Amino acid sequence: MTLDTVERAESTPDTEQPYADLGLKPDEYARIREILGRRPTSSELAMYSVMWSEHCSYKSSKVHLRQFGDKQPEGGWPQLMVGIGENAGVVDVGDGWAVTFKVESHNHPSYVEPYQGAATGIGGIVRDILSMGARPLAVMDPLRFGPADAPDTRRVLPGVVAGIGGYGNCLGLPNIGGEVVFDPTYAGNPLVNALCVGAMRHEDVHLASAKGVGNLVILYGARTGGDGIGGVSVLASETFDADGPAKRPSVQVGDPFMEKLLIECTLEVLRAGLVEGIQDLGGAGISCATSELASNGDGGMHVHLDRVILRDPTLSPEEILMSESQERMCAIVSPANVDAFMDICRKWEVEAVVIGEVTGSGRLTIDWYGDRIVDVPPRSVAHDGPVYDRPMARPAELDALRAQDPSTLPRPRTPEELRETLLAMVASPNLASKAWVTSQYDRYVLGNTVLAQPEDSGMIRIDEEGGLGVAVSTDCNGRFVRLDPYEGARLALAESYRNVAVTGARPLAVTNCLNFGSPEDPAVMWTFAEAVRGLADGCLELGIPVTGGNVSFYNSTGDTAILPTPVVGVLGVIDDVERRTPMAWGPDGEILYLLGDTGEDFAGSEWAHAMHGHLGGIPPRADLAREKLLADILIAGSRDGMLTAAHDVADGGVAQALVEMALRSGVGARVWAPDGLEPAVFLWSETPGRAIVVVPRSEEMRFTAMCAARGMPAYRIGAVDSGLGTDAGYPGEQVLEFTGQFAIPLAALREAHEATFPRLFGPALTV
Amino acid sequence: MRIGVVTFPGSLDDRDAQRAVRLAGGEAVALWHGDEDLRGVDAVILPGGFSYGDYLRCGAIARFAPAMRAIIERAHAGMPVLGICNGFQILCESHLLPGALTRNDHLHFVCRDQRLRIESNATAWTSDYAVGQEIVIPLKNGEGGFVADERTLDELEGEGRVIARYVGVNPNGSRRDIAGISNAAGNVVGLMPHPEHAVEELTGPTTDGLGFFTSVLTALVAGRS
Repeated sequence: MTLDTVERAESTPDTEQPYADLGLKPDEYARIREILGRRPTSSELAMYSVMWSEHCSYKSSKVHLRQFGDKQPEGGWPQLMVGIGENAGVVDVGDGWAVTFKVESHNHPSYVEPYQGAATGIGGIVRDILSMGARPLAVMDPLRFGPADAPDTRRVLPGVVAGIGGYGNCLGLPNIGGEVVFDPTYAGNPLVNALCVGAMRHEDVHLASAKGVGNLVILYGARTGGDGIGGVSVLASETFDADGPAKRPSVQVGDPFMEKLLIECTLEVLRAGLVEGIQDLGGAGISCATSELASNGDGGMHVHLDRVILRDPTLSPEEILMSESQERMCAIVSPANVDAFMDICRKWEVEAVVIGEVTGSGRLTIDWYGDRIVDVPPRSVAHDGPVYDRPMARPAELDALRAQDPSTLPRPRTPEELRETLLAMVASPNLASKAWVTSQYDRYVLGNTVLAQPEDSGMIRIDEEGGLGVAVSTDCNGRFVRLDPYEGARLALAESYRNVAVTGARPLAVTNCLNFGSPEDPAVMWTFAEAVRGLADGCLELGIPVTGGNVSFYNSTGDTAILPTPVVGVLGVIDDVERRTPMAWGPDGEILYLLGDTGEDFAGSEWAHAMHGHLGGIPPRADLAREKLLADILIAGSRDGMLTAAHDVADGGVAQALVEMALRSGVGARVWAPDGLEPAVFLWSETPGRAIVVVPRSEEMRFTAMCAARGMPAYRIGAVDSGLGTDAGYPGEQVLEFTGQFAIPLAALREAHEATFPRLFGPALTV
Repeated sequence: MRIGVVTFPGSLDDRDAQRAVRLAGGEAVALWHGDEDLRGVDAVILPGGFSYGDYLRCGAIARFAPAMRAIIERAHAGMPVLGICNGFQILCESHLLPGALTRNDHLHFVCRDQRLRIESNATAWTSDYAVGQEIVIPLKNGEGGFVADERTLDELEGEGRVIARYVGVNPNGSRRDIAGISNAAGNVVGLMPHPEHAVEELTGPTTDGLGFFTSVLTALVAGRS
């Protein structure tokens, strides 16, 4: 086996290289040769191939994602401390606290190996948050699967849930929310997104840059092994002996215990002031960390690759550069602080080694036992990858789809039909209780969880003395996006924004995970571009910046792309978590108000999907000015003590919201439709910009006066009532009664709502 | 009163236990697994988590930590020790308590608000409860099924050393619905559910867990006077 050194590359310009197998196009390979003025070494080729991949370079999405930076208010975003481009964005939440949060995808690994794929998805996003200098505080998982009753879903879902639990629980981070959505388009391509939120004091914010010539580069954490190498095994088998190590699995394997040590160790070295710059190792491993640190810093770095501590001594330098072994970090430390750094690593039993130093050369150079195997301008690897403005075309079938108006679908009209529909809807997989999933996650650890699923947002206390906290929600109805990507993305943003506001928190920032099909399909690319445009416009209108996120392309099975799924996460801040608004209503006599007008909005609705398997028509428009007004009222209601409960109205409409509130509370209620509204429209329409609030009688005048003064329609639709059982024919039971239509015991609703997941995925303790 | 909380590599609920001690009115003292010096504490809590990743039997490695040598010695001399979840597992591995904790019978990790009945208030950690009192505190474990041979179980029952039992649902297949036990002297208690997560209205299902932490303070004050 001959080492492919820079010297050898210079003397053998005509060596055939397996660039195509590594996913590089001929013109990309030509550009690498042009940058270097010679052919790349096999190590350089490996580095460029992973760093210029879609996953790392955002080459197809970059031209569109720019809007998130370009569309901003004059003078910039006041709350933004660190924007897009770092490991995660950072926002100022007041009182000297900063919060960082981000959502990422781990879709493909989770299909191949659900447990490890989902587990390492958590691990990766947690390290992103950690590398900003923040203590990770909570995680959430937006998940999407194929049909709930499909055999493969029964393989993938339990594995994914066990992986998230197995890693997150052992790591000691509460899991406070997320989504579980089923749609046939996700069969063979589940979406496993992971969000992490962390907090730090303003002065503790750290960046990924290698500054200060002479500072040392320390690699610490788990040993580097052969897992997660992916494309590089191609290179290894093409370039080296066929007798070499066999191709290794390209799914990474996680060790949450090591990650827990890494968190505590990293926070201790950061707080001790021992670190100049820091970067986690995720996709593209050492290639990514060294080139990004150097590119963001003084521009030069020299690395002795043979110093990397290996789990497998047979690894080639190319494989070491590409390995995606988990639980590793890279820190830039001044020589004077190295001993103190190493002492803290020893305390936490974390292995660490100096692998290189910051130089003024402007080059990233890497040696393997004294031989130069990499000599590149780091920016060309990390930041100046190819950029494509791919062809776009409005999907040919979109007009036909939008013409299939759901108003022709038969709607339930009689009391018996309405009652049956209600029971069927609350038991349908997308609306059924997710307790089977969430009871496998620790929501209590760290002792600061104020709200967790099934509440509208997860809420975490940040400051135990002052009561400052943050709320986070993630949302996306992919059916809306399919029918109108611009509006659908804005609707996802609106829903997430509303979910944060109903808890009493003020929305402050956005993260997104844009899950789409192949960017080489012009219809997918057009859909993606429209969704990004909608999201960027929406964020500007709502006054909340996108602080970071992730794009996941190539989510398709055969020619079938997934529903376009731009998952939007919104983070909000609440001055005092004691003032949070939960979703469970309180005692008898409290009044239920529906805020916002209800139209006949069934296009893309859960009712059309679950009851008719229908997807068509024109989805509702997101009126973001109205969403802002609604949020103002919800926040004022929480701050001034006018609300005992509130719940967003979205998937499954008012009916679903009422059932969830009643089951959470355990107390019955009487409900009636506003005048002139058809019962089915009242119950299942999904007009955005609405919420149900619960107001004590003593606050009713004040609250309705506020709504009237601000122009927010507020419909009195019911009252909490624990004494309905006898008259409704269910003596001794709590009952939800739709006046003049039907009544149903909460026990029957609970049975329908909670039986679905155990029936599909096996028995489990859920309550 | 100084209550030590030991942090092992992989301890997760150590900060929560410290918070619970403070809210009960005690002084929480952080102890490090590698340090034999118990810093003059009056009692010790072994918190929940996954010490050493629990890659071997849960608690099997933690029991050899230098801090545990000192704790075992002091426990034999009567110092109050509470092991919660992983801490319970460590106490069993240390032979301060009999029996063992095994994988939940349903094979899933489970996190739920669990109803318990206090069966004994004759220990350092349960004296502030009434016998027969029902409380609701979080339970979260993957390996929480308490097992012991029949003779040991009979002995525990006979000597009043079952300190809490699951009510309504047995969440992990524990023999005789046992949620917690004590040693014969009553100073060492192991409990699978998490009282430290039920000490504030804001973050817990109840504040029912506070009693474990106030009990030990009461016991220590009584012991000193």
